[in-house]
Amino acid sequence: MSDTREVISSGNELAALAAYDSGCLFYGGYPITPSSEVMHAMTDLMPKAGGAAVQMEDEIGGVAAAIGAAMAGVRSMTATSGPGISLKAENLGLAQMAEVPLVVVNVMRGGPSTGLPTRVAQGDVAQAKNPSHGDYKSITLCPGTLAECYTEVVRAFNLADRFMQPVFVLLDETLGHMHAKAIIPTAEKVKSEIKPRKTFDGDPKDYKPYGVGDDEPAILNPMFSGYRYNFTGLHHDADGFPTEEKETCRKLIDRLFRKVDAHRDEIESNEEFMLDDAEILLIGYGSASLAIKEAVVRLRDEGIKAGLFRPITLWPSPEKRLYELGQKFDKVLVVELNQGQYYEEIQRAMARHNIEKLTKTNGRPFSPQDIIDKVKEVF
Amino acid sequence: MAFNYDEYLRTNKMPTLWCWGCGDGVILKAFIRAIDKLGIKKDDLAVVSGIGCSGRFGSYIDANTVHTTHGRTVAYATGIKMVHPDKTVVCVAGDGDALAIGGNHTIHGCRRNIDITLIVINNFIYGLTNSQTSPTTPRGFWTVSQKVGNIDPTFDACKLAEAAGASFVAREKVTEPKKLEKVLREAIAHKGFSFVDVLSNCHINMGRKNKMATAMENLDWIDSITMPKKKWDALPEEEKINYLPTGILKQDKDALEYTEAYQMVKDAHQGKRGKITPDDFKKKI
Repeated sequence: MSDTREVISSGNELAALAAYDSGCLFYGGYPITPSSEVMHAMTDLMPKAGGAAVQMEDEIGGVAAAIGAAMAGVRSMTATSGPGISLKAENLGLAQMAEVPLVVVNVMRGGPSTGLPTRVAQGDVAQAKNPSHGDYKSITLCPGTLAECYTEVVRAFNLADRFMQPVFVLLDETLGHMHAKAIIPTAEKVKSEIKPRKTFDGDPKDYKPYGVGDDEPAILNPMFSGYRYNFTGLHHDADGFPTEEKETCRKLIDRLFRKVDAHRDEIESNEEFMLDDAEILLIGYGSASLAIKEAVVRLRDEGIKAGLFRPITLWPSPEKRLYELGQKFDKVLVVELNQGQYYEEIQRAMARHNIEKLTKTNGRPFSPQDIIDKVKEVF
Repeated sequence: MAFNYDEYLRTNKMPTLWCWGCGDGVILKAFIRAIDKLGIKKDDLAVVSGIGCSGRFGSYIDANTVHTTHGRTVAYATGIKMVHPDKTVVCVAGDGDALAIGGNHTIHGCRRNIDITLIVINNFIYGLTNSQTSPTTPRGFWTVSQKVGNIDPTFDACKLAEAAGASFVAREKVTEPKKLEKVLREAIAHKGFSFVDVLSNCHINMGRKNKMATAMENLDWIDSITMPKKKWDALPEEEKINYLPTGILKQDKDALEYTEAYQMVKDAHQGKRGKITPDDFKKKI
């Protein structure tokens, strides 16, 4: 039997379907363009699954309820757009600190502020790295196709449970509202590959939820299961109880970084398109990569050998691969729907400054011709 | 035999960070006795608190405890309760936490009438952060953010809860620990949103600068501004504004509880019933 199925759907609806197929049982949200369709689908799917979806009184309530459900032990999700992430930020920080797994879908629109609610942007890439105050290591995935709106949300749930922290999925208005055919895995396939969070099943007296190795995530048993402990946004000891003891505090924050850094290979995901024989390296992600791919094909029709490197995991960035590519290619062009938020990361990872960029922040997507013209102009 | 509180406490995390003579301990003990009398198992209890002195309330209890962000207790608790409707979920928040920064969640928790008990430890001040004006600080009181005297009007949190739709609303005070225990017992046993305004002392960061620097003076003041609801009801209207009624102020046992209402949504989506219409509800608008 085939492991895939053909669906006709939108990015937002596929994100919700992926949550449902991944065993998500709670959604907390608030209406916001262009992500509302995620909530519309989740309010149908969650009660069908025996869970719940609640339209809360505000964005903060949406994420707080979702974190509460995740603390209780179920897979949980919230979705919003940039202004909503700004409002949710403090509580996302608590989920980082208390190590609560959560999937956060951000369907990006033009910003800052209310910006361009119904138009596309990739302006929340920097925000996704550090939405909240303080030090922690973000995991951010960025689908570039309709099918990936499904598969990356599935991956986000598994990564959230693996690393015990929020995982961001950056859609954008173009992908969220794109409605077309997509080939996605079957629900059975997804269910068979679910990797639930670790639990401790020894004597409750020996249970130390945060007393784990220095590159390991917390082991948080579901509530009401006989293992009683404390969640807090404060620095905390192995029991989750607040502390200011300096070594405990240092180790905690070090661990929040190390648990991600030491396992980058489990998180990193990239696509390389016509890169093997390329002379010009284009870098782009998300919906912008659709226009870049078309531009690559057309440039090659004209004899210009371009290729695309597309990070699917934006944070942590694929810094090793970017460095290698930076050494291999003289001609590098970064294409993104913002003023260069990921461009700066690429400069850092490649350890070089002579990189070209094509940016756009007027709410309109790139056309392949925009990219072709830029390539011809700068190289 | 004396009641054994230790069974419900994380004694290895003691002493508490609360000041000597603080009312929070009285409330913690009354709460533990209420839980014990109701026969609620520690495994089946979640205590969710916010930020402030009251924020540490849960962490001393040997239950499933959550110390959330400032003001968001009811929203976190809503997520917990929606996926575990059969468990006991109690929120503990201060007056600033529940009525200022978290006011919106308090209102909508009441409106949904979800089966959560919200205990507001109301000490009329932001205690932990050293004496800023709260929504319940009386006018004319000294606060560090209004040193010439507070001009901000107070509001009656119980009236807010009642208007917003909480089906159980009560007020008690730390000077009546037995009554407090009884009210908490009834609040937790009540099916629906239970709002309990518990008047408490903060002689350190409220009383000290308002001529009641000892716990006893602060507690006497609390007694002087409260009276049982029955007595309060009999007061002439013009006198009522200077006293806060105590006891159970509202209890509607028939109000539809939110997780029960949500079961209709689950049933409708699972094909076990038709769509939900106005006919499913007693209250039409």
